[in-house]
Amino acid sequence: MDINPVFLLAAVIVASTPILLAAIGELVVERSGVLNLGVEGMMITGAVCGYIAGHQSGSALVGFAGAAAGGAAVAALFGLLTLGLLTNQVATGLALTLFGVGLAAMAGQGYVAPNPVSVPKLPIPGLSDIPALGHIFFNHDGMVYLSIALVVAVWWFLERSRGGLILRAIGENHEAAHALGYNVRRVRFAAILFGGACAGLGGAYISLVRVPQWIDNITAGAGWIALAIVVFAGWKPWRLVAGAYLFGGVTALQLNIQASGLAIPVEYLSMSPYIATIIVLAALSGGRAPGSLGKIFHASR
Amino acid sequence: MLRLEKRPQPSAFWTYATPVVAVILTMVLGGILFWFLGKPPVTAIKTIFWDPLFGDFAFYYRPELLKKAAPLILIAIGLSFGFRAGIWNIGAEGQYIMGAIFGASVALAFYPMEARWLIFPLMIAAGIAGGVIWAMIPALLRVYFKTNEILVSLMLVYVADVLIKAFSVGLLRNPDGNGFPGSRNLKQYPSAANLDLWTDTGIHWGVVTAVFAVVVAYVFFARHQFGFNVRLAGQSPRAAAFAGVNPNRLVLVCMALSGGLAGVAGMFEVAGPSGQILGSFPAFYGFTAIIVAFLGRLHPVGILLAGLLMALTYIGGDAAQSAMNLPSAAIQMFQGMLLFSLLSVDVLTNYRIRLTTAKVA
Repeated sequence: MDINPVFLLAAVIVASTPILLAAIGELVVERSGVLNLGVEGMMITGAVCGYIAGHQSGSALVGFAGAAAGGAAVAALFGLLTLGLLTNQVATGLALTLFGVGLAAMAGQGYVAPNPVSVPKLPIPGLSDIPALGHIFFNHDGMVYLSIALVVAVWWFLERSRGGLILRAIGENHEAAHALGYNVRRVRFAAILFGGACAGLGGAYISLVRVPQWIDNITAGAGWIALAIVVFAGWKPWRLVAGAYLFGGVTALQLNIQASGLAIPVEYLSMSPYIATIIVLAALSGGRAPGSLGKIFHASR
Repeated sequence: MLRLEKRPQPSAFWTYATPVVAVILTMVLGGILFWFLGKPPVTAIKTIFWDPLFGDFAFYYRPELLKKAAPLILIAIGLSFGFRAGIWNIGAEGQYIMGAIFGASVALAFYPMEARWLIFPLMIAAGIAGGVIWAMIPALLRVYFKTNEILVSLMLVYVADVLIKAFSVGLLRNPDGNGFPGSRNLKQYPSAANLDLWTDTGIHWGVVTAVFAVVVAYVFFARHQFGFNVRLAGQSPRAAAFAGVNPNRLVLVCMALSGGLAGVAGMFEVAGPSGQILGSFPAFYGFTAIIVAFLGRLHPVGILLAGLLMALTYIGGDAAQSAMNLPSAAIQMFQGMLLFSLLSVDVLTNYRIRLTTAKVA
């Protein structure tokens, strides 16, 4: 079997979407100065919530809404602990991942889906008829377009709006922002909720579109790759797209090579996305982290 | 309104009390969770925490407790050095798997030669080497490329997981195994087996090494310059730099320590309780050990106790699975909750809660 470049590139976009969704959420969280290492946990919670909500209702829309709510709910737990009880963000994020993976496995265990869910393709009229390019870029489901729209919206919010300026100020120096009268904890909590909802959507995209069924540990490290991409992108939305598509590309390519039966052992192909992440992180991570990233904020007097 | 006020010094009382409070809190929250799942809460908690120690089948469970606690304690002791210095090795699970692969490979290379005096020590050395090599990847990348060690060490867990699955059906598969996946069973190879030193006590070489590691770590932290440097670097990197602590060397040493201990834990596990290189070998010990390290407050004696407690949740969880039909993932969630409540209660160690009346600032 040959590898068709048009289908491959279309598959790259599908494979990248969950990572891109989770990463754009985490980017906002980190720009506000919070390091949430629980992306994997929020993603898998979103995956199971989306799967159950979608299959109970038979509607993909309800599924994704449920996923966003589920991701935001566990993110709220993270927010309460790190912002309210001033816990260590690294350790709390890890706890969130352990908790989320366990929660999802438990909720998904033995769940029998009563209704089928289909996520329809929404070809963009006109554009999708362009040969090759039309199929690659303009013949996808709504979530793919949403992920791109979110990147644009986040870019606009961070770079062009007053709210984004406040959020960035808090991320760079929370003491100074506090002294100026901004409510550090409220902004950060909102950012954390947004990050959780995005991770949840990314997870549901895996369980409703990419796989699409429930298997244990379904996200398989996608959340961690999303975290890596934020570092790789230097906390800039546009570079995030490049990063996510690069990793989606490695994933899709190795799946295609597996299917095409080339004489490369499957194991070595399936570890390639993780190896690629390490190489890219070591070689290319540029950019400066937000000044207050990961630091505990306590408004003392 | 409730307000948090920073204590000038961490409270000595709460330093010791918080782990206990966190465990009790987790039992209560866990009970509510089980009740929510339609299981009797009190019975569930009793099955997990009481029966393995004092129930009717305790004679079977008690040796198991030591076997499960040994790898947790070994890995957590290694992690505690890095965590104190602000070096986050999250990939101990991968180093544990690589230690098992390296250790088992040495044994399988010598099979069927009988020379325990040579093979077993070589396996220990190989286990350590496997863990150290796997830990050096993130360490060297951090030192030379400023790469985030959390992400790299974690990515390597997934790589190690793929490797052990590949080896169990490829390179290390038992040639006499009728095509079943998995290596030869090292428990049936006297030169390599890591069996109970005294029958049915559960005390194998890994348990002995774990106790030894606790003692050595205690001496290091309490009496040795290196332990002091680690604590200093964690609490004030600037002060450490002035005191002549080389931060890069500290990263390499701490990562090597945690990698080596995780690797040797994997080797003891594959030669003993597990016996085989199998796709199902990874048992999440590397991640649970992170909880053990925190629950033990990064203190060697605390880690010893926390390791035993977490081993109890593993065994009790297994018992609850068969006796009460609890899903296996419940115990993982339970462990996540334990870490959550520990971190939350910890606020009492560093802050005082003050009740204030609202007034104009």
